[in-house]
Amino acid sequence: MKAFTVHRGRVAPLDRVNVDTDQIIPKQFLKRIEKTGFGKFLFYDWRFVGDGQPNPDFVLNDPRYEGATILVAGKNFGCGSSREHAVWALGDYGFRAVISSSFADIFANNSTKNGFLTVHLTEEEVAELLRRAQDVDNYQITVDLEKCQVHDGQGFSATFSVNDFVRHCLLNGLDDIGLTLQHEEAVAAYEAHHPVPAALQSK
Amino acid sequence: MGTARTLFEKIWDAHLVATPAGRSPIFYVDLHLVHEVTSPQAFDGLRAAGRKVRQPARTVATVDHNVPTEPRGTPITDLIAARQIAALQANCKEFGVRLFDMDAPEQGIVHVIGPELGLTQPGMTIVCGDSHTSTHGAFGALAFGIGTSEVEHVLATQCLAQQKPKTMQIDIRGQLAEGVTAKDLALGIIGHIGTDGATGHVIEYAGPAVRALSMESRMTLCNMSIEAGARAGMVAPDETTLAYVKGRRFAPIGSDWEKSVERWHSLPTDPAATFDKVVQIDAAQLCPFVTWGTNPGMVAPVTGRVPEVRGLKENDRRAAELALQYMALEPGRRIEDIKIDRVFIGSCTNSRIEDLRAAARVAKGHRVSSKVRAMVVPGSQTVKRAAEQEGLDRIFLDAGFEWREPGCSMCLGMNPDILQPGERCASTSNRNFEGRQGRGGRTHLVSPMMAAAAAIAGHFTDIRNWKFQ
Repeated sequence: MKAFTVHRGRVAPLDRVNVDTDQIIPKQFLKRIEKTGFGKFLFYDWRFVGDGQPNPDFVLNDPRYEGATILVAGKNFGCGSSREHAVWALGDYGFRAVISSSFADIFANNSTKNGFLTVHLTEEEVAELLRRAQDVDNYQITVDLEKCQVHDGQGFSATFSVNDFVRHCLLNGLDDIGLTLQHEEAVAAYEAHHPVPAALQSK
Repeated sequence: MGTARTLFEKIWDAHLVATPAGRSPIFYVDLHLVHEVTSPQAFDGLRAAGRKVRQPARTVATVDHNVPTEPRGTPITDLIAARQIAALQANCKEFGVRLFDMDAPEQGIVHVIGPELGLTQPGMTIVCGDSHTSTHGAFGALAFGIGTSEVEHVLATQCLAQQKPKTMQIDIRGQLAEGVTAKDLALGIIGHIGTDGATGHVIEYAGPAVRALSMESRMTLCNMSIEAGARAGMVAPDETTLAYVKGRRFAPIGSDWEKSVERWHSLPTDPAATFDKVVQIDAAQLCPFVTWGTNPGMVAPVTGRVPEVRGLKENDRRAAELALQYMALEPGRRIEDIKIDRVFIGSCTNSRIEDLRAAARVAKGHRVSSKVRAMVVPGSQTVKRAAEQEGLDRIFLDAGFEWREPGCSMCLGMNPDILQPGERCASTSNRNFEGRQGRGGRTHLVSPMMAAAAAIAGHFTDIRNWKFQ
């Protein structure tokens, strides 16, 4: 997994609440059997009009936000389906982190497995970042996972909390399957007391 | 462990494999359900790392999301979908995983076939790369959706490493009135607590109204837990649960059954146990609901109107305005005046035999409105056979409904069953997100009876006033 330590980049403001994973990556693009190539379908129905032309009203089509790597959005980001394709699409498009006041559990969990950071700030802090990203040209911020801090060098600074273990894995780019396999003996011991039920063993 | 514990805590504790310092607890997964959409990259990951499926016998796969609902012999014209289904077939063969394939008599929506085959049992931990895995919590199992990385994790280790969620009790007093179903209960709860009202929590549904629900209704209720943001939803096992599980193909038999029942009887929440959050709902206050917006928390009573948005907090007001714009509705419109073009009866929420019986009872002797195209998609081959044996297919066909092959179908429109832009649909599924059933499509979530009645009337109508024939 790609490590996340400190990242500075341009901010794109997506001023909507409850952005669901169906919007992040619509279902017609879930049939691919790879993890790559989803970026061009990110926010497809919002980004493109019916005939496939870019929708000029959508924030990511605004030249001011070209090359943005940090997305700021309203509460309950990533609700709905468990599709990890949503995280793959955000990452493949070029985003490294999403900032919101709350995230759906499965989306947040999927993010940590892909070196993608979900940053929880307060509603007021998110509102302030949205405002600055709309008002200031080439608005950039630094997301620092080592210090658990977000700042823009222009007066905005906020701290966020993240689970210690998740932070450790992200900072070091650790693969958690490998970590669980370190407990192979404990798994085997558990299985010795919990054998596979007979009905499941039969073909 | 001398202290009082909840149902969730008992299952969690019983499955802990290791609690390494400074890391997420590692717990065991009893049953891993797999489908074609969220698994190919996980199997690729195993191959790349040279890993095997640790417990193929605890892994069960089927195809549901992509499968066409046309008669089964018809070739799949969507080549990318066909490739995904072929990938699951090849992966199951390579790794020795049991697959209920397209032409299998057991095929169906993964959350329908798990329970009906007796795979789903009380006290289990069950995961699947699908958010509606919460359905299986109806049996007093801890069941939740995971992403593809975690699918790979479970395939490789039969375990997951996750933080312990918080607990929430939803205590439902009183009884549901005639015509008010588990779907309305779920929509009523989400309307009350919001689509993020249970984020970070495992819900336990309790109270007399829940005890009175059939297993299939409990599945509908638990299924929608994720729409309130919950990690999982659960109902404590009781005699209703045991009567449902007993005798099913993968259920324990003989002395194993006796031992299992004894264990299951110890699962319900201890009287002195406490929850991180408690919500009370009065079942008698609930009525048939219809969603008017673009998330399942935007609900109104069928007798009500599209709500005013002016008084809402700024973020919620803008969300409501965007939703109304997308849905082409305005505040104050009577719900019963909303006309529909399509009806979908199906999905892991409402495609079981009781759902189809309820819808058929409404449809019997009536005709689908000439302005409406209505389809019924049974949740599994088993449900379809049972319905045909009871003659439900004839009732639907005579009334002008389409009767199709099992799959997820128009719940998410990954197969050819989709809405056209601007079409308005009464749907028994679980999500009314923008574009969910097809780009530009407008989805209203309702119960199976309400969907059938809307198909016939051509608009929403209060099932409590229906003329049954």
